[in-house]
Amino acid sequence: MERREFIRRASLTGLAVAGSTVGAGLLYDPRGGGQYFRDELIASAKTLPSYAVDRGANAVTMAIAHGTDPDEMVRAAIGAMGGIERFIEKGDVVLLKPNVAFDRAPLLGATTSPGVLKAVAGLCREAGAKKIIVADNPINQPEGCFFKSGIKAAADEIGAELMLPRPSAFADVKIGGDVLGTWTTFYEPFAAADKVIGIAPCKDHNLCSGSMTMKNWYGMLGGRRNQFHQHIHGIVSDFPHMVKPTFVLLDATRVLMRNGPTGGSLSDVATGDTLVVGTDMVAVDTYGYSLLGRDAANLEYLHRAQKRALGTMDWKSQNWREVQVG
Amino acid sequence: MRITHVRLVSQIFFVCLFFFFCFVTQFSYLKGYPASLFLEVNPLVAIATVITTHALYQGLLWSLVLLIPTLFLGRFFCNWICPYGIIHQFTGWLFNKRGITDNIESNRYRKVFALKYYILIGMGVAALFGSLQIGLLDPICLLFRSFTVVVLPTLDMSTEWFYVRPHVHQLAWVVGFMLVFLVGMNLVIPRFFCRVLCPLGATLGLLSRFSLWRIHRDTVKCVDCDLCLQRCEGASDPHTNLRKSECFVCFNCIDDCPHDALSFDFMPNVKGEVTGPQLSGRRAVMAGIVGALTFPFSRRSGDVDKIFKKEVVRPPGSVAEVEFLERCIKCDQCIRVCPTNVLQPAMLEAGIEGVWTPIMNMRTGYCELNCTLCGEVCPTGAIQKISIEQKLGIGQFTDLGAVKTGTAFYDRGRCLPWAMDLPCVVCEEVCPTSPKAIYSREVEITNRWGEKVVLTRPYVDPEVCIGCGICEHECPVEDHRAIRVTAVGETRSKERSLLLSMMGETESGGGCCGGGEQSSGCGCSNSSAKGNDSLLQIDLHQTT
Repeated sequence: MERREFIRRASLTGLAVAGSTVGAGLLYDPRGGGQYFRDELIASAKTLPSYAVDRGANAVTMAIAHGTDPDEMVRAAIGAMGGIERFIEKGDVVLLKPNVAFDRAPLLGATTSPGVLKAVAGLCREAGAKKIIVADNPINQPEGCFFKSGIKAAADEIGAELMLPRPSAFADVKIGGDVLGTWTTFYEPFAAADKVIGIAPCKDHNLCSGSMTMKNWYGMLGGRRNQFHQHIHGIVSDFPHMVKPTFVLLDATRVLMRNGPTGGSLSDVATGDTLVVGTDMVAVDTYGYSLLGRDAANLEYLHRAQKRALGTMDWKSQNWREVQVG
Repeated sequence: MRITHVRLVSQIFFVCLFFFFCFVTQFSYLKGYPASLFLEVNPLVAIATVITTHALYQGLLWSLVLLIPTLFLGRFFCNWICPYGIIHQFTGWLFNKRGITDNIESNRYRKVFALKYYILIGMGVAALFGSLQIGLLDPICLLFRSFTVVVLPTLDMSTEWFYVRPHVHQLAWVVGFMLVFLVGMNLVIPRFFCRVLCPLGATLGLLSRFSLWRIHRDTVKCVDCDLCLQRCEGASDPHTNLRKSECFVCFNCIDDCPHDALSFDFMPNVKGEVTGPQLSGRRAVMAGIVGALTFPFSRRSGDVDKIFKKEVVRPPGSVAEVEFLERCIKCDQCIRVCPTNVLQPAMLEAGIEGVWTPIMNMRTGYCELNCTLCGEVCPTGAIQKISIEQKLGIGQFTDLGAVKTGTAFYDRGRCLPWAMDLPCVVCEEVCPTSPKAIYSREVEITNRWGEKVVLTRPYVDPEVCIGCGICEHECPVEDHRAIRVTAVGETRSKERSLLLSMMGETESGGGCCGGGEQSSGCGCSNSSAKGNDSLLQIDLHQTT
């Protein structure tokens, strides 16, 4: 064998040996991955910032508007809170979170009214919002829900971007609540937004009795949501801890009185002609629960949230306004 | 411009059109597109369903648009329109490494090419008995099914173009590898599927027997160089005695003839042509016998009647099972358009005859209350085109009641409030009827630690339950759900009904509030309000 040939072949083998050794060293994992190491999962999880704005100590925290025209009611209620400019700055990206959980026509009261959504979006535009995102992760098939609830048409009309809950839009978010630790969340809209506004219908709920502004955030979670019902009051009271919205709006223009949260018949729906805007979800839902003809003293998740200082049920002690429109 | 170039343009157009229809067969894009067009112009679908049902269903009248020109021109569909044929031709062209001589050899007629006629005979005879099996190999059904079940879901994995929530289909790998095999076979035998297996090609071949236009070879000019076989798609022997039943009218032979000996002539002399398919009578009889035996063998397996499987929950609007098997062509368009992914291609659940027919699997989806898209796209009426009002039993259909696809049952050994003292009732939450078919009772129990606990335990009201399966879909007991929908109680079949109260024609036929029986205690406050709900339903015909 020639020397040259010997060197060539020996060094090729040597390179292969060195390569596999180095590769094995780099890839060596003494622990193994997987679900047994929650710390890794939590370390990689995102967190949600607060989207609340500081309006001073004496600001109005809740405004109730009665009337029939959603446009005027939204304007009046937010006006009573000090005006949209107090919340939205020029150039903001605003996330509107309606409740579009079910494939239902608007009149059936199971979803946020498109009229109310449009009115809020209109005000945000007036305040100079750069972009408006509408997002929800419905229980029923998403495209059908957005279509039949009229929310897609409303979003198209105001030039808002509809974000659909595609798999890539989800990420693990560290919630650190009483029940929810780290959970798969519809994260993309949160990441894109500067301000977040929850717009929830006022509904009966078969398990937790009322679905309003707190329960609305259920729609931003993914994963195995059907386990939540095993601890529903704990979960719902985790939501005001998880999301700090700019403000929330309770759309009680219609109230789903029974057969909730799905409804399905006009006879399940009552006219509410009311709209509540607030920065304290516990207060707003306490008021909203009375629209269902029920006593908030019996609603466990409100007590839980209040106990954790996530809001107050005693809304009358706060700085609130009530306006009549039209 | 050569005619083969025009053909190429036509092929590109139709394959794109097919892809386009595949794409738009979906909730958001369907609008008014005639997405079933390729199936409706398909004479095999039309003829086979006429054999099974003795009627030409709705859009299948369009099949004349293809059938009549075939009588004049021959199998031009195979090389001008058929998207599956185009995929085969393209694959064969792309991977072709043969030289001229090998190409010529690979395009000579072989006896095995007669197989497709035997397949057609078998399927045709089975159809005489009421078993529609053409969809197993009809190229349009096969291709649409492949796209629905495996191609689009595969593309979606990296793009998210086709679904908001990714769809899965049971046994997609079978459909996938079948597609790969059939397309891959082009490397061994060019146009393998078209020449050997295609029952639609066989049908069109039979129809071409008396075609007025045919490839004519001028024996004076011909020098027997066989160069016309170089790119002969159908292997129809243009170099000698033309086999018109095999000719795809691709015109490549005319292009390739160096001596202009070939032409596409009006009524040429057919002496010396092999005018029809060359079949052996014995084999044809054998194929017919196999087809005939399919019926008693499969029906006496009991899948259609006595031992029908509980998993065979058919989509809403489906006709009764016997008629369903006369109509369903397994094209799986319903599965493609289903927004929730509840529809799945059956393997053996519905028996050997029901392979690839749609069944509902509540683990992958549920039937959306206000949706009738599956019936909307069904080209053969296996799933009827019902309105939302009809499906829900509202408005003018109040007396008939809702269309039920099955009934939900609790498995109390797995249900959290029943078996484990835990709160749950997700099923009740998502139940879409009003009043809900799932109701609950509060019970106070003493748990294992001696504490008093109030539990909400769910029940099903079988009169109100429509079998949509959202309860099963949302049940947290993921693998074997604690509430499951089975086919019993389905509207389409009296034999599978459950409740005596729902057996009547109109008298209280709709269960709660149906015949105005307010005393039934169903909780409906007022039946007229229920009727008014029809105003609230958005009609998909008009608005999607």
